[in-house]
Amino acid sequence: MATKYTVKDFKSDQEVRWCPGCGDYSVLTALQRTLPKVCEEQGIDKEKVVVVSGIGCSSRLPYYMNTYGFHSIHGRAMAVATGIKVANPELSVWQVSGDGDALAIGGNHFIHAIRRNIDINLLLFNNRIYGMTKGQYSPTSKFGAVTVTSPYGTVENPFNPGTLVLGSKGTFFARSVDTELAVSEEIMLAASRHRGMAVMEFLTNCVIFNHGTHWEISGREVKADRTLVLRDGEKMIFGKDRNKGIALDGWKLKVVTIGENGVTEDDILTHDSHADNLGLQMMLADMKYPDFPVALGVIRDVSEATYEDGVRTQVEEVKAKARVHTVDELLHSGSTWELK
Amino acid sequence: MQHKVIDVKDVVIRFAGDSGDGMQLTGTLFANTSAVYGNSLSTFPDYPAEIRAPKGTVAGVSGFQVHVGSQKVNTPGDYCDMLVAMNPAALKANAKWLKRTAMVLVNEDAFDDAGLQKAGFSGNPFEELRIEDRNIIVAPITKLTEDSLKDSGLDLPSIHRCKNMFTLGMACYIYNRPLDYIYDYLESRFRKRHPEMIEPNRKVLNDGFNYAANIQAIANTYTIEPDLRERGIFRNITGNQAIAWGFIAASEKSGLPLFCGSYPITPATAILEELSLHKNLNVKTMQTEDEIAGICCAIGASFAGNLAVTTTSGPGLSLKSEALGLAVMTELPLVVVDVQRAGPCTGMPTKTEQTDLNEALYGRNGESPLVVLSAHSPAHCFDAAFTAAKIALEHMTPVVLLSEGFLGNGSEPWKIPSMSDYPAIKPRLVTSDGSKFHPFERDPETLARNWAPVGTPGMEHRVGGLEKTHAGVLSTQPENHEMMVRERAEKVARVVADIPDLQIDGPETGEILLVGWGGTFGHILAAADTLRAEGKTVSRIHFDYICPLPKNTEKVFSGFRKILVCELNSGHFAGYLRTRFPQFNYLQCNKIQGQAFLVRDIVDAVNNIL
Repeated sequence: MATKYTVKDFKSDQEVRWCPGCGDYSVLTALQRTLPKVCEEQGIDKEKVVVVSGIGCSSRLPYYMNTYGFHSIHGRAMAVATGIKVANPELSVWQVSGDGDALAIGGNHFIHAIRRNIDINLLLFNNRIYGMTKGQYSPTSKFGAVTVTSPYGTVENPFNPGTLVLGSKGTFFARSVDTELAVSEEIMLAASRHRGMAVMEFLTNCVIFNHGTHWEISGREVKADRTLVLRDGEKMIFGKDRNKGIALDGWKLKVVTIGENGVTEDDILTHDSHADNLGLQMMLADMKYPDFPVALGVIRDVSEATYEDGVRTQVEEVKAKARVHTVDELLHSGSTWELK
Repeated sequence: MQHKVIDVKDVVIRFAGDSGDGMQLTGTLFANTSAVYGNSLSTFPDYPAEIRAPKGTVAGVSGFQVHVGSQKVNTPGDYCDMLVAMNPAALKANAKWLKRTAMVLVNEDAFDDAGLQKAGFSGNPFEELRIEDRNIIVAPITKLTEDSLKDSGLDLPSIHRCKNMFTLGMACYIYNRPLDYIYDYLESRFRKRHPEMIEPNRKVLNDGFNYAANIQAIANTYTIEPDLRERGIFRNITGNQAIAWGFIAASEKSGLPLFCGSYPITPATAILEELSLHKNLNVKTMQTEDEIAGICCAIGASFAGNLAVTTTSGPGLSLKSEALGLAVMTELPLVVVDVQRAGPCTGMPTKTEQTDLNEALYGRNGESPLVVLSAHSPAHCFDAAFTAAKIALEHMTPVVLLSEGFLGNGSEPWKIPSMSDYPAIKPRLVTSDGSKFHPFERDPETLARNWAPVGTPGMEHRVGGLEKTHAGVLSTQPENHEMMVRERAEKVARVVADIPDLQIDGPETGEILLVGWGGTFGHILAAADTLRAEGKTVSRIHFDYICPLPKNTEKVFSGFRKILVCELNSGHFAGYLRTRFPQFNYLQCNKIQGQAFLVRDIVDAVNNIL
């Protein structure tokens, strides 16, 4: 029976050393607020929670959590987390990586973890820049981004983490913004309930090197019109006046206004993250300003067999059939001969 | 002509043919038959990197050498007493390994114009290779196999696949080997899936045996008396299999589940393959997406309390360097196996070498000390893996275990040990005493830290690649960094307390000491024996423990005027010894050809010095 925890139980005694105003603070807060709920709801003891990270600003997060933590090396957090989960499937494994850590140097481990559907909750901090090395472009920087290593602008397209996850047939993808604490907590709780790899993208602000990169959609004045928080069973309605929505236009999505051109609420799509409807979920994940609002909340959450269960089941099956149970028996198995 | 049975002390036989000719199996069966008969033996397969190189070409030749003796055999042998060449290319590739007195058995049917041309011969191959004075036996093996099985109902390709049994039958006649073991093998190999193949293979084997008995060309046959000094239950084991089993043994002794995260790479892959067979013995294996993921998964599993290992070869070790540094910094137990192959880069993947020693010792950024061990024979790989795991778990350090392609693929009979004869392994696991856990506080004697795997109540702590204090708090404080650097080095140095002293083979003082490490063990031993038979006085030591070095190393060296370091690289170990004990005069015997030493190489080197 798990103890009841509070936010305080998950705060370490270490001083948080991100820049004042950094978007990472709010994701840390959301995680510290969510974990007591997760532990209570799912009967998890605190010592079963482990936070693994790579390298980068956001990857300092494990030091601020009073849980088991592993601050590993650049790009490899996914692999370290995988080893932890396979070694002990009872653990609640949370990974923290930035856009560079997860999608550039760690891109290989990222797609393979998704392919395996191992039960790890990945908090992907996307500030579209390399902060810790002082402002170089990242794999999510916009085309043409002017940075210290692209003084004339980049000539390469960014990844959209959501379409990358869904393109790898990921079983869970959700998105939030640093300023939307409630949505962040909501998707973390959903991710903890999901069995399998859960990728959560947090659009975070880097006050020093990429200040305001997400404000065109997340600014206080515009967010209602430029974001859409998806919730299961709810219509995809957004806008200050709650009169805009997402509807199907043949094989594509379109933004419609209720009351215009005969559009009624019935024409608006209803969200279902649990439906195995990869095509629609892919289109939702791909929605970009200014043509569409950016989708927040849980976009996809489907159930599939997990890697660690496969490993465990196979070991049990092999054990049940095995005739060799000790090393001494192993050494004498197969072809042997005696010299008398 | 009178048929004579000649008793010989030892023989070296090389089976060679196309990659698809089944020579590895033929050689293995001949070796196992001899082992069961009671001979000592050593084997080495020599195969091309290509799975099926163009048929009939020299590039596609696959060989298997076996050295059989009535007394302890230490190497697969330099030159062969008998070469079986299933085609002209096999003859061409191996002619240089023939003794002056060697017998050569060739499959006449493959020596047609097309075969000779593919192998690059323009006239008589024996004359071109200048081996026409050897005892050459030309037998139409393909044709004889076809005749043997003409009533079997098998199709021609299936019949042709049996021709290696004809060859094996002939070899068994020539060396007076009983056929029982091979019968048993055929029975168990085919009983379930292809029972129809048992009888044809048996028949071809017998026909080959009888054919050899009837032809005039084979005047003499040979016996190699069994080595009756060693009694007990034996099995054959390859180095790669022995490493896998050594880890499983360490897992059982330590009471910890075994985790192996690896990526396939020649010649180490068979360790991962072997471990994945034994999930019944608390083994979890992951074939990861790359080498880096292999070691990182293992480090994660170690953080979660498993006995964690990763297996690789040179290029993979390069990829794992940064993560190996992470294991050094987090002071987590981990064993990395490097089955060395010829480098640099991709080099010659199927060829053996000892050229990763410098990388194992120094191949990381920063002050990054770790334990380096080596295995010296296929069977010794078992003990080496067990010891590597024991040191990693008891001293909280990564350990690099160096094997070699020569050991990994080579095999030898192994007297099966009992696990009761192996020492206990005591991991430094701790539980909460109510106080805050300081992950880098150390045992005063060994300087090893304690291990509180994820899930241990009340012991929550953070580790990582950044420098920390004993309490586990991040620190860039200059004095703390220097202290931690020195403590990590001293921790590795103190492993010496668990390392046995070097045993000198020969007098404790003298003119020359032969020094080796790793898979050169048998060759240096055989060289020392040869030199003694020539009337010379030599001493010999062999290092299984590279870092730290055994504590009597300096004392042993001080007894000799000359120290000859023999290794399959340009002098890595010699250079390492010079930095440790600069007062001694080190001479070198090196070979960098992707091949094991010949005993002759070492004997000649010593004779040039004395």
